[in-house]
Formats: sequence, structure tokens, C-alpha cells
Amino acid sequence: MINLASTDLIIAPFIGATVIGFANGFFSGFVNLRRSALSVSALSHTMLPGIAIAVLITQQLTQANAFIGALFACILVGLGSVLVSRNSRIPESTALAILYTAAFSGGIALLPHLPVIASLESWLFGDLSLMSSRDLNFIFIISSISLALSNLYMRPLLLTMFEPNVAAAQGVPIRAMQYLIFTLLILMLVASLQAVGSVLSVSLLVAPSAIMLLFTDNTKSLFWGGATIGALCGAGGVLLSQFINIHAGQSIVILLGIIFLIAFTFSPRYGILKK
Amino acid sequence: MTHHSNHECCEHHENHHDIVVKNLTVNYRNLTALKNISFNSSCGNRIALIGPNGGGKSTLLKSIAGLVKKTTGTIQWRGEAVSKWSREFAYLPQREEVDWNFPITVRGLVEMGRYPQLGMWGKFSHKDIAAVDQALESLDLSDLQNRQIKQLSGGQQQRAFIARAIAQEAHVLLLDEPFTGLDRTAAKTLGDLLHKLASEGRLIISSHHDLRTATELFNQVLLINCDMVAFGESKKLITNDMLEKTFLTKHSK
Repeated sequence: MINLASTDLIIAPFIGATVIGFANGFFSGFVNLRRSALSVSALSHTMLPGIAIAVLITQQLTQANAFIGALFACILVGLGSVLVSRNSRIPESTALAILYTAAFSGGIALLPHLPVIASLESWLFGDLSLMSSRDLNFIFIISSISLALSNLYMRPLLLTMFEPNVAAAQGVPIRAMQYLIFTLLILMLVASLQAVGSVLSVSLLVAPSAIMLLFTDNTKSLFWGGATIGALCGAGGVLLSQFINIHAGQSIVILLGIIFLIAFTFSPRYGILKK
Repeated sequence: MTHHSNHECCEHHENHHDIVVKNLTVNYRNLTALKNISFNSSCGNRIALIGPNGGGKSTLLKSIAGLVKKTTGTIQWRGEAVSKWSREFAYLPQREEVDWNFPITVRGLVEMGRYPQLGMWGKFSHKDIAAVDQALESLDLSDLQNRQIKQLSGGQQQRAFIARAIAQEAHVLLLDEPFTGLDRTAAKTLGDLLHKLASEGRLIISSHHDLRTATELFNQVLLINCDMVAFGESKKLITNDMLEKTFLTKHSK
């Protein structure tokens, strides 16, 4: 356990943002391999009504009930869009867009009726300064679980992402792998809520390895490079927010955006100037 | 019909390497994709699957590879029923089924051929590295091994997937329209390669749509149009009469 009583106020957010950045950056490798940035964006918005309803039922806001509420909402919207696309001419992405915006609006409408509005708002848009040692431990645990499981199952996960049919024929349990990715994704989203907020968490789950995609063709460096970029931007964002007067969450996301644009322009491998 | 070959590609020389497909039927929901397909062959042969589009060529390849569920019928390989995946079968997908933008190099792709044998956590050993090196070498891809797969020509891409099958130590190669989109030189290279792979003791089963080159590339042919039309030596079966029968008869769906 980490005792923050004696440490400076910036230490907890600094460590928290670095760890979250690392784990999210690693995981963003899967998001980019699956090209599911749009679904991640949809899921991150979907979490809001899930968390709001969980708070409404339990009358309190904890990481655990936030996770369960978010999970339920994501499963409902995710399955709902699959159900619509299988039973009509509407494609899955269209159904997802309609369902998640509706759910998100419902969540916003619920906000004024919740007993914990202040702390929930800090979750929505991120407020690292409120990070407690309990939150920090939660982030450590979630990040460790996510990193450990991703690495343990890296081979079947990669086979599943590259050629699902061939992987299935090779005995890879592709359904289980897809569920694993989905669950870890929601865990990562919940864990990064406090740092960058639900709306901005998409950035940490997409940008780091997207930046690496502009430099490498190696899946290993895609994942670990993404993790490094995520960690650096997490730490850098917290430091930056001390010098210019913006929230740490926003400066992390802005940093990622700037690095992405620089990579897109100057990458010696896939940069636009190279072409 | 049994063809005796040298089996340079594996160690079980003395065994018979026969494939026996009996009454294979595949239904997708209420649609019959394949009906009562039966044929025998053995390694060393190159079999072309010829028939109209939607006539079940891909389905047959996929059901031998275990990618599609058999409704009825059996497939035996070396005297044993093929029920689940084995490393002896390698399926090479059609071009459009591959995600060419996937951040993977030629070497990374070939390394994937070793994963199924290694399981989830087996160490990638010197033996595996040697197998990958050898596969790259034998397909003349050593110089291209660090290229991303999209940055290869069509022929090189086919060879990269074949190299993966070789690294997997596959005995039966199932190819889905491998000659599509290849220029004349690349097609010639691939044709020679299939000859070589078969002469080393592998069995090649490939869907093919170019009737002019079929006899030269493949020594056996299976004519299918959902139902089985005929199976035998390509020289004898690829005739106007037979092709008319294959392509013009309406099959029951």
C-alpha cells in the first residue's frame, strides 16, 4: 500500500497518470490491431449511464460499483448493436452510434438526480488532483491484471486478431479471446476515468500505439512502445499542468495529439514527408 | 492411383499418406454448399478444384482445414479421421480475406506458423528459429523477411503464406485461388514451387479458375458444382465435355 500522507500533492497524480498511461498505452495495441477506435469511443460514453444507474441504486460511488455498472451498460449497448445489425439492414456501426448516444444522453439526464454529483463530474472529465491512495492502489491492481493477462495470452490474441477463422481452426478459443479483450477494455476504461475522464479516455486507449504504427511493423514494439509513450505522456501531462494552468487530464490528451501529429509528419518510415 | 513419393518433407516415410474423403456434405443453414463429395488421393499429388463460383470450392478447402463444420461425411488422413486441427494441414486464405495492413513482417508471419505447436507459453527455441530461417530460405524470402506484408508483390505474398505453412511443418497445403492477380512470371514461379513442394511429399489441394493452365499445374482434378462431377487425372478430365457438364448443369440448392 502506498501512504500518501507524507508526500507532496503532485506525487499521487504523477504516479497514477504514469501507470495508467503505461497500461492503456500497451492495451491500445489491441485497439489498433482490431481497428476498433470507434467502438472504444462508443463504449467510453456508454459507461456514463451504467455508472449513473449503479450510483442511483447503491447511493454511493466506488470503483467496484462503477465497474459493474459500466460493464452492464457496455454489454447491453454492445450486444444491442449486434442484435440490430443481425436482424435488419442497419450496419453494426450505425446501430452502435444510435444506441450509445441515446444511452449517453440518458446518463447526462440522470446526473442532477445523483447524490454524488461533484465527484462524478470529476470522473467524467478527469481530475487527478483528487486521487487518493486507494484510487492509486486500484489503478495498480487493474493495470497489473491487464498487463499480465494480455502478455500471458499474447499468442492466441494475435492469432485471433490477424485471422480469426484460421485461429479458430488451430484450436484457439477465439470467443474467449474476444471476451477477454472486451473485459480488459472496460477495466482499462474504468481505471482511467479518474485520470482523464470517460470522454477523454479514448485518447489514451487509441493514440499511443497509433503513434507506434507510424514507426514500426513489429507487434512487440507496437505494444511496448505504446506503453512507453502512454507513460511518458501521462507523466509529462501532469508536469505540464503544473506550469500552464490546465487540468492534467486535458494536458495528457493534448500531448498525445501533438506527438501523433509530429509522428504523422516526420516519421522516417510512414510519415507524410517520407512519401 | 496411389502416387509414391519420397516424403522429404517429413520423417514418417514408411506410412501411407492417403487422404480419403467420403460423402462429405456441408450445409450452411438451409443452403447446401457441398453434396456427397468423395475422393481419394495421396501426398505427392497436386489437386485442382475446378467449378463455377459458389460451387463449393472454398467450402471444400475450409472443411478439410477444419474451418467449416461438416454436416455429414468423413475425412481421413493417414488412416485417421480428421476431427480437429492438426499441424499437418495448412490453409492459405484468399487474398481478400487477409488484413494486409496488419503490422507484421514476413518473418513475423512465418513465426506464427510455429505458434500452434508451441501452445500459449512454449518457449520460441533455437529449433523454432531454425525452422523459420529454413522456411524463409526455401521460399527465397530471406532478403525480404523484414518487410511488412503489404510491401510485397502478389507472388511474394503467396510465398510468404506458403513459408508459414512450411514452418508449421504442414503436409497438406490447402490453397484458395493462389494464382489470382499474379503476373506471368510470378505465376510461373508459384507453379514451379507447387511442383517442388509436391515432389517433396506434400499434398497440394488448390482451387483454380484458369482452365488453360490447370492441366500443366495440377496432375489431378476434382470437378465440383456443389455436387461432385468427377475426380481423376487432370489430363483425362479437363475436356470440353466435362467442363460443360461442370459449369452448365444446374445444381440443386
